[in-house]
This record gives sequence, structure tokens and C-alpha cells, in this order.
Amino acid sequence: MSVKPAGAYEQPKTFSFTAENQAWAEKVISKYPKGRQQSAVIPLLDQAQRQAGGWLPRAAMAMIAEMLGMQMIRVYEVATFYTMFNLEPVGRHLVQVCTTTPCWLRGSDEVLSACKSRLGIDVDQTTADGMFSLMEAECLGACVNAPMMQINDDFFEDLDAAATVKVLDALARGETPPNGSQSGRQNSAPAGGRLTLLEPVGES
Amino acid sequence: MLADKDRIFTNLYGQHDWRLNGARKRGDWAGTKEFLAQGPEWIVEQIKASGLRGRGGAGFPTGLKWSFMPKQSDGRPSYLVVNADESEPGTCKDRDIIRHDPHKLIEGCLIAGFAMRAVAAYIYIRGEFIRERQQLQAAIDEAYAAGLVGKNACGSGYDFEVILHHGAGAYICGEETALLESLEGKKGQPRMKPPFPANVGLYGCPTTVNNVESIAVAPTILRRGAAWFSGLGRQGNAGTKIFCISGHVNNPCNVEEELGIPLRELIDKYAGGVRGGWDNLLAVIPGGSSVPMLPKATCDTVLMDFDSLKAEKSGLGTAAVIVMDKSTDLIKAIARLSRFYKHESCGQCTPCREGTGWMWRVMERLVTGQAEPSEIDMLLEVTYQVEGHTICALGDAAAWPIQGLIRHFRPVIEQRIADYKTSRGAPSRRPEAAE
Amino acid sequence: MPTLKVDGQDVTVPQGATVLQACEAAGAEIPRFCYHERLSIAGNCRMCLVEMVKSPKPVASCAMPAADGMEIKTNTPLVRKARQGVMEFLLINHPLDCPICDQGGECDLQDQAVAYGFDHSRYHENKRAVSEKNMGPLIKTVMTRCIHCTRCVRFTEEVAGTEEIGAVFRGENMQITTFLEQAVRSELSGNVIDLCPVGALTSKPYAFAARPWELKKTESIDVHDAVGSNIRVDTRGAEVLRVLPRLHEDVNEEWISDKTRFACDGLKRQRIDTAYVRRDGRLQAASWAEAFEAIRMNMSRLEGSQIAAIAGDLADAEAVKALKDLMGKLGSPNMECRQDGARFDVSAAAGWRFNTTIAGIEQADAILLIGTNPRVEAAILNARIRKRYLKGHVSIAVVGPTVDLSYPHEHLGTGPEVLRAIADGSHPYAAVLKNAKAPMLVLGSGATARADGLAIHGLARKIAETCGLVRDDWNGFNLLHTAAGRVGALELGFVPGQGGRDLEGILEGAMRGEIRAVYLLGADEIDMSQLDGAFVVYQGSHGDAGAHRADVVLPGAAYTEKNATWVNTEGRVQQGRRALFPPGEAREDWTILRALSDVLGKRLPYDSLAQLREAMADDAPLFTVVDAIMAAEWAPFGAEGAIAATPFASTVSDFYLTNPICRASNTMAECSALHSGGAEKATGTHG
Repeated sequence: MSVKPAGAYEQPKTFSFTAENQAWAEKVISKYPKGRQQSAVIPLLDQAQRQAGGWLPRAAMAMIAEMLGMQMIRVYEVATFYTMFNLEPVGRHLVQVCTTTPCWLRGSDEVLSACKSRLGIDVDQTTADGMFSLMEAECLGACVNAPMMQINDDFFEDLDAAATVKVLDALARGETPPNGSQSGRQNSAPAGGRLTLLEPVGES
Repeated sequence: MLADKDRIFTNLYGQHDWRLNGARKRGDWAGTKEFLAQGPEWIVEQIKASGLRGRGGAGFPTGLKWSFMPKQSDGRPSYLVVNADESEPGTCKDRDIIRHDPHKLIEGCLIAGFAMRAVAAYIYIRGEFIRERQQLQAAIDEAYAAGLVGKNACGSGYDFEVILHHGAGAYICGEETALLESLEGKKGQPRMKPPFPANVGLYGCPTTVNNVESIAVAPTILRRGAAWFSGLGRQGNAGTKIFCISGHVNNPCNVEEELGIPLRELIDKYAGGVRGGWDNLLAVIPGGSSVPMLPKATCDTVLMDFDSLKAEKSGLGTAAVIVMDKSTDLIKAIARLSRFYKHESCGQCTPCREGTGWMWRVMERLVTGQAEPSEIDMLLEVTYQVEGHTICALGDAAAWPIQGLIRHFRPVIEQRIADYKTSRGAPSRRPEAAE
Repeated sequence: MPTLKVDGQDVTVPQGATVLQACEAAGAEIPRFCYHERLSIAGNCRMCLVEMVKSPKPVASCAMPAADGMEIKTNTPLVRKARQGVMEFLLINHPLDCPICDQGGECDLQDQAVAYGFDHSRYHENKRAVSEKNMGPLIKTVMTRCIHCTRCVRFTEEVAGTEEIGAVFRGENMQITTFLEQAVRSELSGNVIDLCPVGALTSKPYAFAARPWELKKTESIDVHDAVGSNIRVDTRGAEVLRVLPRLHEDVNEEWISDKTRFACDGLKRQRIDTAYVRRDGRLQAASWAEAFEAIRMNMSRLEGSQIAAIAGDLADAEAVKALKDLMGKLGSPNMECRQDGARFDVSAAAGWRFNTTIAGIEQADAILLIGTNPRVEAAILNARIRKRYLKGHVSIAVVGPTVDLSYPHEHLGTGPEVLRAIADGSHPYAAVLKNAKAPMLVLGSGATARADGLAIHGLARKIAETCGLVRDDWNGFNLLHTAAGRVGALELGFVPGQGGRDLEGILEGAMRGEIRAVYLLGADEIDMSQLDGAFVVYQGSHGDAGAHRADVVLPGAAYTEKNATWVNTEGRVQQGRRALFPPGEAREDWTILRALSDVLGKRLPYDSLAQLREAMADDAPLFTVVDAIMAAEWAPFGAEGAIAATPFASTVSDFYLTNPICRASNTMAECSALHSGGAEKATGTHG
């Protein structure tokens, strides 16, 4: 994906997994049949991206190519195909606002402009302090809790402008705001409480 | 209204403990070993008899699909792959199963995998579902620790691995062969068919790809009996289904109901009705973004099942109901979907790679009205040029919403164009081709 | 053998054929862009859609297996509309810049747009623009023209085996590129230019040079290695503008190496276009008469044993025959065609041919490569080994330097001790060969061009005989040559005669003053400093090492400038045709020798090419049949003897600079500089 980094950056010359990640990677590779270690490319790229602070340096791709016996171009194809891989640095909090139709119908425009004005950046930009990057995302699969945004690993759902700003404020203060519905309802149950599954039913 | 006792996903909203203990209290993993003892054939027969049709969108009979797998290995292992790449706009049902009823899915993997003589199930979950992935992995770890899967699963003597794999952001990986490519560590580009996955699937081995919901309902079907399941819903459209109701309703929600429930009842009863009342309804996309929309008149009476919606030139799809009231700019709503498909096209085959961008760009002009009336028909023709000509169904999915829009709301588009011309006070300039 | 109906006509095709092939068999033309017989099926362009009765959608015929009872329609409104639709999609983002596109006139997109497209565009949006991608000095890219057929991606992955080109990003942003736009390193990279159905990948050296209809096309044979690739030489006026492959299933299929394709600019540079005679220590231009007179002056007084001749790597068989006959008339047995110092036994043809044949590689199920790096010595032949590898169930092993051959292989060791162990059965690979249905070994010049070459040659024969490589219906013993002229010269007996000197003997003799005159027929690869004491005549086309050292230089013709015969490493006689005349005073090589023989008073007995070729056939019957293999009879060869422990090394250190023509080529110099160190270091993860 293409978020504009906050400033100039350098591709690190080398990259290697931490001992912990290396052990984790070997475990992941072992989940796939012998000779099918290429299957681990997405999980390993993801882990490398986490270790590098949210983006995927070329050296990390090279290391993974070596680890999995793949050619660089094949790893690069994967890294460019999937939207979750960032080929350039992003802010500490990657804010992805879903704007696909189900979220749009319920006010994602409002959420997105709340993000823009709270963060002072446009879509695909990073704040000068490197704290936030803002992106538009395609449907993230929480449509009955629309509108929503994903920030790093968490979904924030049932948003409006005020709730959005509240989440961003909390993150800016270094806090961990509660994820999930921001309107206080129970997951995907209708607001106001469940209409089904009211009695504790076991299966016969 | 479906009785609570007939609901399969009893922890849909996460009101109970999702872990193994909680799941067991709700009946999961009860008698699994005995089901396996009846043999693969019996399980397939039960699923066939239940009338279960695939819950991922296409509605192919699940038992029949399982029966395509080889009964005798030619030396290659067989695999079950579970499609948890839930990405169809409007759809968020599998997410609830994964995070709140993960053991139904894991138990379903064992039963389905055993029925198709698979050595392992690979569950492919979309990359963005990070918390859900962590939760499902924890549930899988519990199942392993309790001896429910792995070596001698449930004490059945059958060895069965359940492996969680994740993507990294690509709608197309919901297409089964693209999913297999992705699982093999490549770009998610759909494969040519034939060969079909049942012959040449994951790692070149016989493979069946099933949706999360299809797999997760299997244990309950065995426990309650095929007849119970087939007794719910309508002829040819058996059982219950999780509906996702989003958009302009008062209380968007997920709910499990019988197939064949009237759309209006679904919206009114569970989602608090259309915002501003039923008469404020403009249109509904009844089965996720890929199916054509229905105008209100159809919504008044249509039943929510495979065949009824097909008869209305739409589809049940993933049963994701996207409701749009009269405040909606329908052209913009569909243009946004066109942008989605353009963004998610894998780029492999010509009609989709080139057509999705073309369709989106014309749609964007139709939003403002900056077009000629003749371009409506041209756009429609382009959708037909994409539809049916691509490697996978994404081309169709990109074409159908536009076809639905033009079919039911052509006057709206024409009006938009006329308004634009009026506002400019002169006939609009027809943009010239670059060449 | 399924039988199906195509446009109402019954057609039976082999099992495994596709609907597209069935349609072709039935005479129905099916347009296509991504489909290519020699690449895996991608099915992505959708141009080959046909109607299949009972299928609700049109099917991609390239990917659909033909099955019994199918009913296919290729000429219905549905099919026409589908093709028109695909054609329109392909063109909406295509720049339509045909007037400035090098593919113009030989462009599949152009041709098929005329045949299957609309006559106007309905696309009123902005067109996509894609930035050019660097792919190195050979491939020019204009990626806006790309139609994403992925032929180039599949070629590098499958045929070249280098996985260098890929399609990155997705959807309409999908782009064909190498990783970080590195130059493509494969020795076969130029083939993607031919494969590209549009003008996205074109030849960089040939950029804007000519339009196809301006070119004179001459079918000929390549001389840059001993494969004998079939080529087409495209000329305009007195200039070779490009070299393209010609189909030959048994030799090069439809590929050529980058050297074959791109060294042609070397034909314009460093050319010897007049005779020279060394006067006062400096070569000075001279007339033919003066040059011949200088030779006569220096050679006519010499004994035959004081004269020697060395045939170079590019020498054509006609010239070699003439030189051999001249040497015979001068009474000299000192003839050598192995500039690299190879010392294999020349007594039996089976001992120095690639007996398995190149196409035969596809039958082999165990391949032992000894002292050779076929990837740089014979890139096209190496591609055949890779093709065999891709079919599966084959064991490939190497004795020699560790190199990236573009396919996985077992490395058994670096030196002759491994061979000895295989020969005596103590090495496990002996069992692999014995148990194989069709085992073969390839002995490279790295194993024979050494002091113990004869003994190694013998040891390899022993392996062949003890491990079952030679049977009535299979000969798995192969020598891989690196020089186009080598086998022809061997067939004609251009080797030391009775009591004659080999290369080492000639060079030593020259040092000691026993050899007083040396005739170099395009020989540039030897150590010229050892010829200091001798009178040297160089006959050839390029001012390279030989001409630099020579006392008399005679201007010869390059391979594109003569009607001549070459015999490839298999023993396949092939004839090249003159595409243009040699420059200046230069002449076809055999005619020079014929004229010189007159001056020396040793007139050669042929006045025409036909007569000369008859004489060649008298020497070696294989010259009677062009483009066929006459199997060589198995006979003892090689010798027992001491073998040094020295590891084998390939004799080709730089793929791009192996002969005077490519050393004169700027393009090859650029490639060499870029990929310095040759292919050995080129693995995908480097750089």
C-alpha cells in the first residue's frame, strides 16, 4: 500500500528476525508439508513487518526469500499484491477507515473527515510526528457495526465523528482505548439488546 | 420466527464463554467420536439429506461437494480448506462464528475432514481479522490439548490436523482457487478450472474448500438429525442461516433465521425496521455487494432464500442484507462498489483488469451526471462484456451491481445527466478519447 | 483420443490436447495472446474464448482439455462478440502508438485488432500510463503497451529457470518488472522479446533501427556455440540489423541465446576488410597479391614438418577442408582444431559427439555432467536439460565446479576421483546410472582440456560401458563442444596426422624454432606469445588476438557472409546462407585458400562450392546429408593413464566474450561488464 512516510527514510541494509521471531518463524514453517515452506511467506512477511515497526524493508523480503527458498521477485509479488503490506514506513498507529458502501451508508464520510481534521493530514499521509498514518480501506468485515475503522490490530466500530476523535485522542495520549463497538452494544446484537438467544439453550 | 432452541449459533453475540468449557456446555463436541464411528459415507449421506447448501455464496449442495472427494487415495493426501476470508461487503457472519463459536468450526472441520478422508484442515482467515485469528488459534490449541483434534482425534483412531493460516488483505482470496494459491504462498490469483480442486487443489492434492458457516453447522446437523435441518426453511432451501443486516435500518445486527424468511420480516423484526419506516425504503442489496439490488416493490414480498432471490434476478449470496433508504444516492452507492471491485481485481485476466476500472470511471461520471445518456447503454454493454468472460466470478460480481442499478433505476441516472446539463446551461462536452 | 465436433466437423485429437488445439486441427483459427505452445497455460488474455454447447459461458479454449463428445463453435455471434469485447478491453489502455513502436508490422495486437476488433473506441476515460522498467542492456521496455499476458514471466520461470520477471501489484495496477528493476541475467533473456505479443518488450540494441518490411531475411546457422541454433539474419544494405531464432524442434526449438541474438553488432566492428603484411614490425595494408607473395616467400622453402595450422572456433567446414588439403599438399601433419587444448581421443566419432542428441535429452532419466557448465557453454542445450527436469523423474548430477545451472542437481564433487569411483562402482551414483532406463553423461571441455584429458576421456568411456549408458537403441555418452567449427573439423580429420603435433606440440615447436610457420584460420583463443618465433598467417574476419600477432593477415568472411557448413556438437550438418557480402576485400574463406594454393603451386582440386562439398563428402560421409544425425558406431577410445587430482573447471569464464565477433560487440561488452563473473554468480537472491 502507499502511505506517504512522514519524512525521508532509509532501507536498512540488513534485516534478521529476533531470536524469538526466528523460533516463531520456524514453527510456522513446520505447519506446512515438507517442501511447501513457501506457504509461510505471508505469515513471515507479516511478522517481519511487525518487527520493523509496521513496514516491510527490502532486506526483510530478501531474508524471507532466503529462508523459504524463494526468488526475490516472487516474494516481492506477494508483498505488492496484498494490501496489508506497507512497503514504506507508516505511523505508529495506522488508521484505516472503511469507506465501502455499507460503512458509507452509515456515515464513513463523517468518520474519515473527523480523522483528517483531528490528525491534520489527508488520506495516505503520515503526521509529522510519525504517530498516525491515515488510509481508506475496503470492507473490513464488520458491516453491521458500521461505520468502523481499524487501527493496527483492532477494530473500532459503531463510530461517529465524536467517537472517532475520542479513540484518536486516547491513542495520542498513549492510552489503549477499548476496541469493538464504541456505542456500547453487544458485538453484532441489535442496539438495545438481544432479540434472540434470550434463554440459555443447550443442544440436545 | 425461528425458536431459540432451533438456533445453531447459540453464542452468536458472544454473550457466553467462547472457550472449550463454554462450548461444551452449549453442546459442542458431544458425541463426536460416535459420529465418526459411523464412517465417512454416513456423514456425507446425513449432510446430503439435510439439504445444506454452501453458505459462502454460490449455494452448491455441501454433501454433494464432499462426495466428489476420492474415496481411495492415489498416494496423495486430501485436504479440507475452510474459507474464512470473509470480505464480501455487507458480510460479517463468519467473524461471529470464529470469535464466539470457534469450537463449532473446529468440530465441523474434524467431521467434514473425516467425511472426505482428509488429513488436515487449513482454515484461511482474512489478514485483517487479527483478534479473531488469535481467538481461533486459542480455541484450536484448546482442542489439541483436549485431544479433540490431532493424533487420534476424539479417541476415534483418526489423525487430523487443524491449521490456521491467514491472508494479508485481498478480497479475491475468497475465491476458492485464489485462496489455494495464496495458501501456497503466492499471489491470490484464481486458477483455471478444470482441473477442479477436488482433483487438483492444495499442493496439487484433492481438496474441498468450504465456507466457515457450512462447516460450522455440520456438527449440529449430525446431532439434531438431517430431518430437523431439512425441516427448517423451504423446499430446496433448507435450514437456518445467519443474516447480516446493515445500512439504513434502525438497529443493524446479525441474526440466525430460517431460509425463506420474508425480507421485510427480517428487517422489521430484528433490525428495528427501515430508518424512517418501510415506506422510506428505496432498495436492498440482499446478498452481499456482488448481487444485483432489489427495488422496494420487490422487497415488499421477496423471500430470503437461494431460489426466491434468483427468481428476482438477484441472489442470496452471503445473506448480507444492505438496506438503502430514500436518502441514498444509489448511483454513488454502486459507484463505491465499482471502486471496490476495481481495487480488488487481481489483474490476471483482461476483462476484469480492464473492465472494472472502466466501469468504475464511468460510474463516477454518472454520479455527477457528467455523461451522455447513451453511455448508460454503453456501460451496460461493458458489464456484459465482462460478465461470463473472466477466469473467476469477480468479473460477474463487478458487473451485476451495475446491471441491477440500471435495470431498476435507469430514470434516476438519466435525470442526473439531465440535471448536470441544465446546471451547466449547455450540452455537456463529450470527452474525447485519448488517441 | 477424444473426438469432438468443431464447427460441425468431427476432429480427433491426442489425449491431453486442448480445445484450442482441436480447433486448430479442424482448421479453425483461434486468436490468442497469452497462450504459447512452449509455456504453461495461463488462460488470462481471454482472446481464445469459444462457445461450448451446454456451457452457459464461453470457455477459454487454451485451457480447456478436449473431451469426447464436446461440441465447439468458433464462429458464432457469441464468440465474435466475446473476442470483440476482449479486444476492446486490451486496447482501452493501450497507447496505440504504433507509428513509434518497434513492434509495428509484426505485432499480434495490431494484427488481431484488425481481424477481431471494433473500428472505433468507446473508451472516453484517461488512459493508464505505466513507467518504463529497466531490464538491462538487451530488453527495452515500454510498459504502457503491456497487455499482461505474462508470457515473459512464464518464460523466465519455466524455460530459463531464473524467475527474474514477475507481475507486481494487482488489478489495473499490475506491472511486469524485475525485482527493483535489475537487469535480467538469464542468457536466454532475449527470447522474451520474441514472446511479447506487443511492443512492451523490444530489442534495445535494435531500437528504432528498421521496420520489418525493410529487411532482407536470410535463413542461417548460428556459430557462437556448438549447438548450431537455427537463425534468421535480418539485413538492410550491408548491415546485419538483427538475428532471430528459426524453429528447429531438435536443436533450438524456437529459442536462441542472448549471444546468438545480440552479438551481431560485433559484425560491424574490428573488421578486417583488406589484406595486411607486416613491414618494419607494423601491419600495413596490402593487396591480395602482395599478401600471397609474402606467404609464398616465407613458406615455400619450409619443410612440411615446419608448418602448422590451427582452425578456429568459428571455422566453417569448407574452409577447414581446403586448409586441410593445402596442409596435405605442403606435407604437414601438424593440424589442430582444438584451441582450448582439449585432448580427447579422435579415433572414434562416438567419442567426440553428443550422441544422445539434444532432443534425446528429453528421454534421459539420469544425467551426469562432468567438467562442464552447459548454462554458459551451450545455453540452449542447458534449457533442454531444464525442460527435462521440469518433466520430473530425472536425476541430474554434476562433477565439477559448483554452478547455478537453473535447475536443481546433485553435486557429487569437483574432480576426477569421483569419476574413478563411479567407474569402479564404489560411488553410489554408479547405481543411479545403472538403474536408469536412459542414463547419459556429458563430458565438457573442462574435463578434456587438461594434460590428462585422454585418460579422463577413457575413464568416461569406462563409466559409459560399465553403467549401461550405451545400448543398441541408446547412446548416453556425450562430449559437449563449445566451438561451432569443432565437430566439422574433427569429422574432416583436422587433427594431428601421422607424427603430427597437437596444440601443445605446435606451440612448443614454435617456441623452439621447430615450427617456422603457423596458419591461423580464425584462431584467436591460443596464447599468441608462444608464436613469437614463427611466421604467422591469420585468415579471419576480425582484428582480434590472431590478427594482432600475424605477419600476414588475410580478410575472411564472417558467418553471415558466406554459404558454408557447420556441424554441431551432435554431428548435425547444417548449412548457413550468405545474408550479405563480406566487407571490402574480404572473401569467403575457402576461396582464399583456393587462391593461395595456386600461388604456392599446390593447386587445390576444386573450383566451386559444389566440387568442394563433394570432396568433403568423400572425407566424411555425413556431409552428404544435411540436417540429419548419422549415429556414430561405438568403438574403443580414450586411454589408460595417470590422472591428476586437479578439480575440473569450465573453459568458458565469460559467456558474453567467447569469440572475436562477440568481443567486438558493444552489446556483449555491456552485458559482460554488467554480469561480470558470468552466470556462476547469478542466483536470484544476489545483487
